[in-house]
Amino acid sequence: MPEIKENFLQETEPHAYIDDLSTLPSMEKERLLYTGIDVTGKGRAGTFMQLDHSVVHCRSVQEGVEVLNIQEAVEKYDWIGEYFGRLIPLEGGRDGRPPTGYFIRVLPGVKARYPVQASLYIGREGLAQEVNNLVLVEEGASLDVITGCATGALVHRGLHVGITEAYVKKGAKLSFTMIHNWGKEVVVRPRGATLVEDGGIFLSNFVCLSGVKSLEMNPFTRLAGESAVARYNTILIAPPGTVMDTGSRVYLSAPKTKAEIISRAITTGGEIVSRGHIAGEIPGVRGHLECRGLMLSEQGRIYAVPELDARVSNVELSHEAAVGKVAEEEIEYLMARGLDEGEATATIVRGFLNVRIEGLPEVLQAEIDRAIADSELGI
Amino acid sequence: MLLLEGLNVAVADRQVLTDINLEIKPGETHVLFGPNGSGKTTLLGTIMGFPRYKVTAGRILFQGKDITRLPVNERAAMGIGMAFQRPPTLRGVMLRDIIRIASRNQITPDTLAGSLNMEEFLDREVNHGFSGGELKRSELLQLLAQNPDLVLLDEPESGVDLENMALIGQAINHLLEKEVVPWDDRPLREVRRGRTKSGLIITHTGYILNYLEADVGHVLYKGMLSCSGNPRELFGCIKRVGYGECIRCALLEMKGVTADA
Repeated sequence: MPEIKENFLQETEPHAYIDDLSTLPSMEKERLLYTGIDVTGKGRAGTFMQLDHSVVHCRSVQEGVEVLNIQEAVEKYDWIGEYFGRLIPLEGGRDGRPPTGYFIRVLPGVKARYPVQASLYIGREGLAQEVNNLVLVEEGASLDVITGCATGALVHRGLHVGITEAYVKKGAKLSFTMIHNWGKEVVVRPRGATLVEDGGIFLSNFVCLSGVKSLEMNPFTRLAGESAVARYNTILIAPPGTVMDTGSRVYLSAPKTKAEIISRAITTGGEIVSRGHIAGEIPGVRGHLECRGLMLSEQGRIYAVPELDARVSNVELSHEAAVGKVAEEEIEYLMARGLDEGEATATIVRGFLNVRIEGLPEVLQAEIDRAIADSELGI
Repeated sequence: MLLLEGLNVAVADRQVLTDINLEIKPGETHVLFGPNGSGKTTLLGTIMGFPRYKVTAGRILFQGKDITRLPVNERAAMGIGMAFQRPPTLRGVMLRDIIRIASRNQITPDTLAGSLNMEEFLDREVNHGFSGGELKRSELLQLLAQNPDLVLLDEPESGVDLENMALIGQAINHLLEKEVVPWDDRPLREVRRGRTKSGLIITHTGYILNYLEADVGHVLYKGMLSCSGNPRELFGCIKRVGYGECIRCALLEMKGVTADA
């Protein structure tokens, strides 16, 4: 990852704990809502919020579902070193300040009834925020996470570095949905790594529908246990002035593992590099990559990089990629049914983004649908 | 209802239709025959208003209004509807959605879908993975929702199996208000007079004539309407001698034109 040359503010004043997130200004609540975060905590198994460098809210409402400040978790569990920093080595943090971020753990066999929501929020103009997150889904447990990352309503510039490690144990299931909503001058560098054991299922959904100066991410999952499954879905819209370079990587490292990577990229003038990488490391594994891009503007660029890496002969890896503008005959078809050109184009674009994600809980699908509906597509 | 006057149409700078004159009166159904590449689909597309069909001469009048320069959606709003021969696939758009669009939110898709055995398709992507016959049923379903005054059908029977043929025929008769319901106590003449829907149907095989009464048939040959008349008689003739006869007619026509001049 290229170094960030821009200078950002490292320090800012700490924020006090907020007992009731619904006391936040309405403008900020609305921005949170765009990223799937409901301040009332209704229909959620737990809530975490970090504002700048301070954890301002952290609680769980279901037994067996733990939501902690990562710092707290490091102090509480002496075994945490087995997980924390193992997939992505810690880089020492800034000036010895202990890491901040969330720790979410679901105890063995526990099914989280509702999603846990986590908000990482930059409220200070020009601040560099770094978070270190750890998600542990123990054997036979299941968890849905909504992570909403955003800048405050009045913040234009900032740096967000979010490092998330996730472990999906034997027979466990994790669906992890991340919705971003940034200011126009924000630089974003998330890093993600997931390890999935025998029979585990990992679903990752990433949605970023608004402008950002630069977003670079390329998380990976290692399917280390037999019959483990990973699915990545990415939905991106890049307005003018935005550069997004995102990808997903899956390593099929155990027998009968399966992976699917799907991305939908739209440019209204920005630049998108859409990557995908599936590596088949042992015989009998399967992977499919689907990468589609839509150019809605004469400007802009979509660069699709689907990569398949077969390291043994008996693997089944495939990809399909298609990039182009909205097909004229599809617009005409809808116009013949009575829509004007703008409405017809909007209908096709909504359809393009209509990725029905298999196995995704309804509430998460609803959040993704809402993010798409609220996006400023300008059409 | 529809009046085409001296229409010349070009596709990508190549003239495809020449001096088309055609009138379809309210309540009339016309059938268009013609060999492959004669310009049948172009004629329907021109009436619907697709931009790739350029009208280089003549005009199109619909319900007394010149629509030659109107965009597709405004023609649809005025009451022209078309079933495509090869409709495109709309990924992520469900059949349910397009039925709502076509009906301007006036109807419940579920009720309507039952009439064409399409209930199971409502939550599928429009035309995605549909068989030939399913495409035709999907097109007619959308038209039933749209309920146009002028129905343009591009080979509604191609790829349809016998079982579904009757269903398609029924749907077309319904679109064109041609069904005579047993409980209707008006005399047939009244029913006919009350009929306002008109149709222009392209047929290749002529099978559709077994399910539907058409009033006038036309033969389109090399971009010209070479012959008009009783549709069954025309079709019978084409079956016996093929379109070769049309060459003679076209030649006669041309001679006639020169003689007149």
